[in-house]
Amino acid sequence: MHRIIANTRLSPNVNRLELEAPLVAKARQPGQFVIVRLGQGHERIPLTIAGVDRAKGSISLVIQAVGYSTKALVALKEGDAIQDVAGPLGHPTELLEHGHAVCVGGGVGTAVVLPIAEALAERGVRVTSIIGGRAKEWVICERELAACGQVQPCTDDGSHGRKGFVTDALKELIAAGGVDAVYAVGPVPMMRAVSELTRPAGIHTVVSLNPVMIDGTGMCGGCRVTIGGQVKFACVDGPEFDGHQVDFTALQARLATYKQFERQAEDHACRVGLQG
Amino acid sequence: MSDQTAPPKLSAKDRLAIQRQDMPVQDATARAAAFTEVNLGYELENAVVEAQRCLECKNAKCVQGCPVNVDIPRFVSLVAARDLAGAARALLGDNALPAVTGRVCPQETQCEAQCIRGIKGKPVAIGNLERFVADWARTNLATDQVRPDGPRVAVVGSGPCGLTAAGELARLGYRVTVYEAFHTAGGVLVYGIPEFRLPKEIVASEVDRLRAMGVEIAVNVVVGKTLKVQELLADHVGVVIGVGAGLPAFMEVPGEDLKGVYSANEFLTRVNLMGAFDFPRCATPVLKGRRVAVVGGGNVAMDAVRTAKRLGAEEACIVYRRGHDDLPARAEEVHHAEEEGIAFRFNVAPTRVLGDEQGWVKGLEVVRMVPGEPDASGRRRPVAQKGSEEVMPFDQVIVAIGTRANPLLTATLPELKLTKYGNIAVDEQGMTSIPGVFAGGDITRGAATVILAMGDGKVLAKSLHNWLQQGAAAPCAGCTH
Repeated sequence: MHRIIANTRLSPNVNRLELEAPLVAKARQPGQFVIVRLGQGHERIPLTIAGVDRAKGSISLVIQAVGYSTKALVALKEGDAIQDVAGPLGHPTELLEHGHAVCVGGGVGTAVVLPIAEALAERGVRVTSIIGGRAKEWVICERELAACGQVQPCTDDGSHGRKGFVTDALKELIAAGGVDAVYAVGPVPMMRAVSELTRPAGIHTVVSLNPVMIDGTGMCGGCRVTIGGQVKFACVDGPEFDGHQVDFTALQARLATYKQFERQAEDHACRVGLQG
Repeated sequence: MSDQTAPPKLSAKDRLAIQRQDMPVQDATARAAAFTEVNLGYELENAVVEAQRCLECKNAKCVQGCPVNVDIPRFVSLVAARDLAGAARALLGDNALPAVTGRVCPQETQCEAQCIRGIKGKPVAIGNLERFVADWARTNLATDQVRPDGPRVAVVGSGPCGLTAAGELARLGYRVTVYEAFHTAGGVLVYGIPEFRLPKEIVASEVDRLRAMGVEIAVNVVVGKTLKVQELLADHVGVVIGVGAGLPAFMEVPGEDLKGVYSANEFLTRVNLMGAFDFPRCATPVLKGRRVAVVGGGNVAMDAVRTAKRLGAEEACIVYRRGHDDLPARAEEVHHAEEEGIAFRFNVAPTRVLGDEQGWVKGLEVVRMVPGEPDASGRRRPVAQKGSEEVMPFDQVIVAIGTRANPLLTATLPELKLTKYGNIAVDEQGMTSIPGVFAGGDITRGAATVILAMGDGKVLAKSLHNWLQQGAAAPCAGCTH
């Protein structure tokens, strides 16, 4: 059992859960994820580890409440417990040695890009972060990223930082020159747009994919993605890949596989009183 | 059972006159819509009569046919004498998971294939008797609570190889911890083999019996990731690796990333381990096709196609590139599938999965295959007949064409020698290139069977024990156990 140490709301539908997981905390490197199962009857879902506290033996997960399972997770209170946490899984991020890296985060993806930015800054790489959200209250992790370097927030409505998409800000940075690598994590259309922007400029671009996954150890193949025409498993070959090689169209289509079930699961949860 | 008088000893002639007792099964139509077990098991009287058919050969060939060398005539004769407790103790002494093997072993190619009675007539139903005794033991025989106090050993993987090794090692007095990546112990017995063939409650009770013997099970530990093998070696005197076959193979034809294409591993894991047949009470969903193709002809393919049928498929069809007699699946599974109305399409191989505008599967293009030259295994290799392509309308395709070695653990242990297929290389005793680290089951063999993995587990336990007895202190010098 993994006790919840803290549950903090970061945006209207994103929470940070800090929980006990000493073995995972000890082994984890930036870019890795865990598979979480809240309890009997719940799904196994992959979540990137946003941070660790080795002294406390805890890890932090930043979770967007979008479906039945994630809503149940963010509803947990301090002292509650998650039954199963397995990891750390996947390859650690391949970090730029030196130079200038741009970290692009969209929505909850910002929490995934944060540990990458921290690791880059720690080794002396210059970090610029571009982070986006619908409006001010949807922009997360800005303070933590500011500790790693310059941050450019972007909002759709202009309520915070620049009005517009993260790609608008990135376009300007690329035009100014001197960008050695881009790390982008967010919705598939955002990662695709970022990759298309950096492709002509020949800038190495890393994206973190979050396809449907069950075991996280290569056993089921549910998370298969097409990278440069080859089938790869995000859990054991990724989750990070060269953005210029990813077949985003197939990824987006496969992510919609279980849409029809999500409504049913939530209706069921309402009927049995699991949710408000 | 000791209060009952043992029946008089039968003559060989009497024994030969007895007909084989059929396994009672659930009605085919009813069971094709349910996940409850197909085989219902013997009653006491069936079992005693069947056991009386055994000629109790002195040099019993059946024992040699058993990968874990169960002393079959011994436990069978105890059943014939109605001494079920004695039979159970004898069986459990040789086999750590008899309720499992009694259900999933291909007895027709192992013990029963060697039975002398099979020469003229039907062999003794050893598998059915094993299952009967094991089930009796589950409810009637208390497990001795043991607390081993020997050195610590680590077992990686809680499938048939790992659980068998753990049981044997515990019996030898070792303190065993089994590390399992999933949230439940059992490996392929819980994620792969369906409820209707092996109820999960049976696996759980076998695991509980191991716990009572002092075996500890640590779930959610992905060895190679959560803990490295080197870390295990630091506080265990030996390590047994039985992590299974791992990565599902895909057909590598266009359209395999369409929605509605599953690996058999994913499909079965969703249904068996995650309980997707009970969605939404269980939160994990599974796509339920109306017309489902399962590509492959092994036991996993049979499990997948029969599962699809139970989930409500109007047509559930095996698509296999060779003929009926070449099916590698157990005869009983094929027979049960046929009874349940599973369709079979032989001598065709998929060339393409077709999709609609939204990216959902709408058909499978196949090409006719004709037998060609014999391959290394002696079987004639199927060759595609150009121009014979046709499209079969399916809305779901499940790929059950085997697995490849999973590099997750091996990649983190560069000094571990692998075969050219990526499987762990071992010597005759099952020791890997790292002293004190043993491996068996599918990670050394490639995809094989539950009983072969169990046979390996038994050998590995003995090998590790012998290696330690022979003063294996040397490789451990300098560490602190």
